[in-house]
Amino acid sequence: MELLDNLALGFGVAFTFQNLLYAFGGALLGTLIGVLPGLGPVATIAMLLPSIYSLDATPALIMLAGIYYGAQYGGSTTAILINVPGESSSVVTAIDGYQMARQGRAGAALAAAGLGSFFAGSVATMIVAAFAPPLTELAFKFGPAEYFSLMVLGLIGAVVLASGSLVKAIAMILLGLLMGQINTDVISGTPRYSFDIPELTDGIGFVAIAMGVFGFGEIIANLGRPAEHREVFTKDVKGLWPTKQDFHDAWPAVVRGTALGSLLGVLPGGGALLAAFAAYTVEKKVAKDSSRFGRGDIRGVAGPESANNAGAQTSFIPMLTLGIPPNAVMALMVGAMTIKGIQPGPQVMSSNPQLFWGLIASMWVGNLMLVILNLPLIGIWIKLLTVPYRFLFPAIMAFCAIGLYTLNNNNFDVFMAAGFGVIGYLFYKLNCEPAPLLLGFILGPMMEENLRRALLLSRGDWSTFVTRPLSAGLLLAAMLMIVVVMLPSIKNKREEAFQDAD
Amino acid sequence: MKIKSQRDFWSGLMFIGIGLAFAWGATNYSFGSSARPGPGYFPFGLGILMALLGGMVLFKAMTIETEGGDPIGAFAWKPLIIIVGSMVLFGLLLPRLGMFIALPLLVITSALAGDEFHPVEAAINAAIITAFSWLVFIYGLNLTIPLKPWFMAS
Repeated sequence: MELLDNLALGFGVAFTFQNLLYAFGGALLGTLIGVLPGLGPVATIAMLLPSIYSLDATPALIMLAGIYYGAQYGGSTTAILINVPGESSSVVTAIDGYQMARQGRAGAALAAAGLGSFFAGSVATMIVAAFAPPLTELAFKFGPAEYFSLMVLGLIGAVVLASGSLVKAIAMILLGLLMGQINTDVISGTPRYSFDIPELTDGIGFVAIAMGVFGFGEIIANLGRPAEHREVFTKDVKGLWPTKQDFHDAWPAVVRGTALGSLLGVLPGGGALLAAFAAYTVEKKVAKDSSRFGRGDIRGVAGPESANNAGAQTSFIPMLTLGIPPNAVMALMVGAMTIKGIQPGPQVMSSNPQLFWGLIASMWVGNLMLVILNLPLIGIWIKLLTVPYRFLFPAIMAFCAIGLYTLNNNNFDVFMAAGFGVIGYLFYKLNCEPAPLLLGFILGPMMEENLRRALLLSRGDWSTFVTRPLSAGLLLAAMLMIVVVMLPSIKNKREEAFQDAD
Repeated sequence: MKIKSQRDFWSGLMFIGIGLAFAWGATNYSFGSSARPGPGYFPFGLGILMALLGGMVLFKAMTIETEGGDPIGAFAWKPLIIIVGSMVLFGLLLPRLGMFIALPLLVITSALAGDEFHPVEAAINAAIITAFSWLVFIYGLNLTIPLKPWFMAS
């Protein structure tokens, strides 16, 4: 069994003392930022990127991955206890979880979320391990034309499945791609859009964009809103173990959520957020009596929470096998790999098997740690919820500032991020989603290189993208996605689905 | 003609403006041909495409009715200026005065952006964050950051 050999190699790597430590650190930090509303995994991972220069690639990626799925656990705690989703993917958990907390069943809700997430995480880890090698095989058949088309599909998919206006989201991708053009052209060596500023000839640092738009922009937006009244159910958390009836109700929801989440996580633009929305809708549809949803139904917690954790993990598949990030967090992971000198793509599995399998195995280890962190130690996290935002945001600013400066030991990135803070706030005001921009920015240079290489190979014939069957299939899939979403009946459904969540 | 969605109207203008600016900038670089695309080829195409999409957003903003005109709403000038300003100040001061002065200053100035500001609280917060940052980033991760003002550094 090759799979078992690979997993054995992975667990060998994951169970070294150093890697266990970093998996734990990532899980802990992930839970922390998941619990704290207003600080998400994108800003946190961006904050930490400069620090990973001093680490080896494997522990660094293990830690960053832990932050992402750790945040899914932590986010549910906040959603259940104070009706404020700590993470965007916990938005739906708040609907029923908070109602359960109000009925004095916060413990059962937290346990359903935690145990469901653990089950989902374990299954998803196996799925990643099983499906990554065949996909990698497929990726080796790709030429530049196929890669270009795959990226088009990835980017389109990323926005089709997201909420909000489709045209604006595609325009945001293009803006990201254009910002990626501020660099030195790889083929001719011409500096582009640099305005004779030497720092710009290396391109804008994506850490500066991520921190500015996701970190500072969000802080400004949060401070601009009137402070909301929060009711915290801290003393009501007892009786952590769910009743028999709870188990009976919750486990089919967990299984359904896991299946759905694993599937949606692989799709471009998928990942945790979409998986949770879809799982909630499914639970409501399959329930014989759906009247309890919205009033504290345990299935409304177990399903989405399992789904968001499964989705968070399987979204590693396209990133690990193809080097194509399906969401903003994976885009940062690609950035982290590049920082460590690893070219993301299908060759990672053969050139860095330790990293590849170690990372996958560490996900399971991390999930186990998270159950322990989140259930018996829930009291500590509850205390954290009482920390007011006025202490929190200056701390975020401080850590970002240090991260930005140490990126290149230069204050240029600090100024860039400040500028992107203004831009991020503007996007927020204009209702323009910033996540597609980051994806476009990461993929921009790769996309241009593949486009130009494909055109060179075909001697300038654009039809190469539609005459090569694989490439044509990918482009067709992208077209279909747009057409389907534009259909009036689906369009209304899509708006309805996201409306439900508000 | 009346603007039906303020947010989309301005987004549309933004996309058109930036798209055209990039396309115009791309004309400074060699365009090449399809068989041998130059450095200006890709950004020119992207810029035009983005301007077109911006046009679509603008058209929608002028024609499709939205609830209440989808106003942008008031800008939160105070947090915007203070957050961005304190960051710029940090960038200017760090190389000259070092982390032990610039970082607490950043924490305190940015805290002014909140609804509530208590000087003592902010000072304690600043002290804790600075100590923690030293422990993690300097002592733990060995990052190189100027610590002391230029006249005290050896």
